[in-house]
Amino acid sequence: MGNHSDGSPNHSGTVATAGQNEVEKFQDPGLPPHRLRLADTDPVAAKRAERQVAILFGTSVIGTLIFLVAYFAIDLGDDSTIANIRTQNLLLGLGTAFAMLGIGTGIVHWAKALMPDHEVSEERHAIRHEEDRQAAVRIVDDIVEETGIKRRPLIRNTLLGAVALAPLPALAIFGDLGPRPDDKLAHTMWAPEGGKLKRLTRDPDGTPIKASDVTIGSAFHVIPEGLNELHEGKLNAKAKAVVLLMRLDPNSLNPSEGRENWSYNGIVAYSKICTHVGCPVALYEQQTHHLLCPCHQSTFDLTQECKVIFGPASRPLPQLPIAVDAEGYLVATSDFKEPVGPSYWERDEHERLINS
Amino acid sequence: MSASSTAEAPFVAKTKVGRFTDFVDERVGGSGILREFGRKVFPDHWSFMFGEVALYSFVILLMSGTFLTFFFDPSMAETHYQGSYTPLYNVEMSVAYNSSLNISFDVRGGLFMRQVHHWAALLFVASLGVHMLRVFFTGAFRKPREMNWVVGGVLLILAMAAGFTGYSLPDDLLSGNGLRIIDGVIKSIPVIGTYISFFLFGGEFPGTAIIGRLYVLHILLVPALILLMIVIHLFMVVVHKHTQYPGPGRNDGNVVGYPLGPVYAAKAGGFFFIVFGVLALMAAAFTINPIWNYGPYDPSPVSAGTQPDWYIGFVDGALRLMPGVINNFHFEYIIFGHTLTLNVLLPALVPAGIIFTVLFMYPWIERWVTKDNREHHVLDRPRNAPTRTAIGVAGFTWYCVMWAAAGSDLIATHFHVSLNDVTYWLRTLFFIGPILAFIVTKRIALALQRKDREIALHGRETGRIVRLPHGEFIEVHAPLDEYKRYKLVGFESPVPLPATPNEHGVVTRKEKRRAALSKWFFEDRVAPATPAELEAAHAHGHHEAIEAGADQKSLSH
Repeated sequence: MGNHSDGSPNHSGTVATAGQNEVEKFQDPGLPPHRLRLADTDPVAAKRAERQVAILFGTSVIGTLIFLVAYFAIDLGDDSTIANIRTQNLLLGLGTAFAMLGIGTGIVHWAKALMPDHEVSEERHAIRHEEDRQAAVRIVDDIVEETGIKRRPLIRNTLLGAVALAPLPALAIFGDLGPRPDDKLAHTMWAPEGGKLKRLTRDPDGTPIKASDVTIGSAFHVIPEGLNELHEGKLNAKAKAVVLLMRLDPNSLNPSEGRENWSYNGIVAYSKICTHVGCPVALYEQQTHHLLCPCHQSTFDLTQECKVIFGPASRPLPQLPIAVDAEGYLVATSDFKEPVGPSYWERDEHERLINS
Repeated sequence: MSASSTAEAPFVAKTKVGRFTDFVDERVGGSGILREFGRKVFPDHWSFMFGEVALYSFVILLMSGTFLTFFFDPSMAETHYQGSYTPLYNVEMSVAYNSSLNISFDVRGGLFMRQVHHWAALLFVASLGVHMLRVFFTGAFRKPREMNWVVGGVLLILAMAAGFTGYSLPDDLLSGNGLRIIDGVIKSIPVIGTYISFFLFGGEFPGTAIIGRLYVLHILLVPALILLMIVIHLFMVVVHKHTQYPGPGRNDGNVVGYPLGPVYAAKAGGFFFIVFGVLALMAAAFTINPIWNYGPYDPSPVSAGTQPDWYIGFVDGALRLMPGVINNFHFEYIIFGHTLTLNVLLPALVPAGIIFTVLFMYPWIERWVTKDNREHHVLDRPRNAPTRTAIGVAGFTWYCVMWAAAGSDLIATHFHVSLNDVTYWLRTLFFIGPILAFIVTKRIALALQRKDREIALHGRETGRIVRLPHGEFIEVHAPLDEYKRYKLVGFESPVPLPATPNEHGVVTRKEKRRAALSKWFFEDRVAPATPAELEAAHAHGHHEAIEAGADQKSLSH
């Protein structure tokens, strides 16, 4: 038991350590005899190898020259074209490649063909010596003894306490890396401002959309009115507020209770931010009425209020309640009734907050 | 001059290099170092090059990266592009994206440097991964190298971190969506997720802080840590000396190979230039990350067929594979008024967590199971450790299934199959793939061992068919010389270790579990051929009789 080296050549070749199993296994014959290379015996071959190495180094010089010529001869001035840049990139790369490969293959060829290729054997040494270990243990003991830390527990305990608390300020300082989340994720730009409902406008130019322009089967990428005029936090606002607008046959929509008037004439608006991890759900399959997220393939069914029918998302896309204003433009009657985008720990809390 | 005329003439070097070396040595005492390392022996094998590739890629990353920092501006302030790439002229974008475009189109050699940098980053992680596979499959992680294996694992994680932080810097549409996915994953963390997200991005996503913060991580903190880990890694390689493949003349007490100077240094040094040259060739001929095609980051658009850099693929694939809803069971639910979104949390953390936990712990697991506390400097041929090899391939398969899932949409469009079917298949493979891989690999390893045994005992097939006087056809087998044979028979084949009582005479449950695992490890084994068997094979075999003369020679020991 415990001996699982039977049949093992653990110390094969060293007869001195031969164990009782030694008869049952092959002896290590030792290093195979060294075979001379052509260049070792034939001076002509050696000379040839020498020339080959020199040629390879010469190739490297040519590569360096190609690089320099490409760098200085091709000028990326104002009138440069993409073709210029491509050519320069290719030549710079080829030049570097030749310069490097010439040196590299030259040296390796030199080493393999001309340098001595005798494999040599070296003894391994113990990583640790027992003497050193004992000396080290004594040193550590002496150090601990001289500090007196064992005899003075008061010092030890207060030090431990102080060291344990000392990193707290460092943690506190990181607390200002960003503002507190509060309920920022619960709201988007769609909330009416001063009683004025926000119009749905085209992404990216911000022109409002007339309901009559939305034909059955069409889809619009939508941003809220006023987004482009924001001076600060435009991308932050956009990251939450982007919406997809589609028009279906009103009969194919199956609005649930309370959502009957969230659409207009078959026009529906849903958050474009995937409820999985936040990619834009940008693909609209008009024939099947599916929305597909290109990042992780979550698929949402428009006819079932964007219920998840495939993929890793777990929640339907939030719907934006819309209507038409006096001039016939589409407007959002309120903000989303739930937080948009990927789920987070406080999400349910925020949803209750929105609906209270 | 006067010194040379005295009786005790000090050492005077003959060559210029010698005199310079002497100058340095007198001041820093380098001769001790040179004496230690100048002729240090390094074993040679092609599979030892992967680690070198990783090291050299990192050096190239440092060089090309330094160039890029001279021109890159990590600001997220808004600007309008005025550079020479006309399709984006006057488009609103961040300063970071603007400067990345300028590096590509208006800095001479900038595009080349960007491409070298990106290709080198991809190669760095790839070569690290392959190097770790080599170390795993050859058992190089065993005592005394367990800690260096862990350092290697840390390096792999750091390399991925370096890659990801750098990937996001140009602030283009593709990497911006990548960041958004990271944000979504972070938000799924219970209790503190939202706070981490706000702290990382300096507020709501995307904010105006993230590129600058990633930049500091990418050019300072992560590379410094990588450098530190590389130093520790190489220091331990020197302390342990390199492992070597089994073969005649090689054992755990010696190291056989070429001396550092000149052969090994020349080969390794020359190899740096080769790696650089190949990367330059790739950067010259193959476009990587054409950020000008993607456009600046905007939370609204996204391109179809998006892919992360390859090393993040397995996490992205896991995210894709996890169903959010099974029938009517939702993986997102409310606990105590809070949202727990397991459909994101589980795939993002669990597979990567399992892979890295097992990876870090494996040397200790195997040591516990085998009770093998000896030092190992001779590697295992993967076939000679069938269970370990099978475990490795099973893990690798699992990784590859997730990695393939990151391209599920591209698989579907390229092969004109249903995207949903691809996902269903990959979900199935996620569970059964590793099991199948384990079984198949173990059988292949055992079969290869049997083949080795066959060759050791009966010689190799020569392809020469001979008809014997009584009409029988046989193929002549040529016996191996003793060196080649030793390579096939010189390995350990451990047997299962039954549970043993401890000092109180009790067989603990832990020990029973260990014994069960030991059985699982070593139950199926092929013992190496022995001289007695060889003799028997020769005595009974007919076809060897033809070459009896040669046989006699090889049996001389």
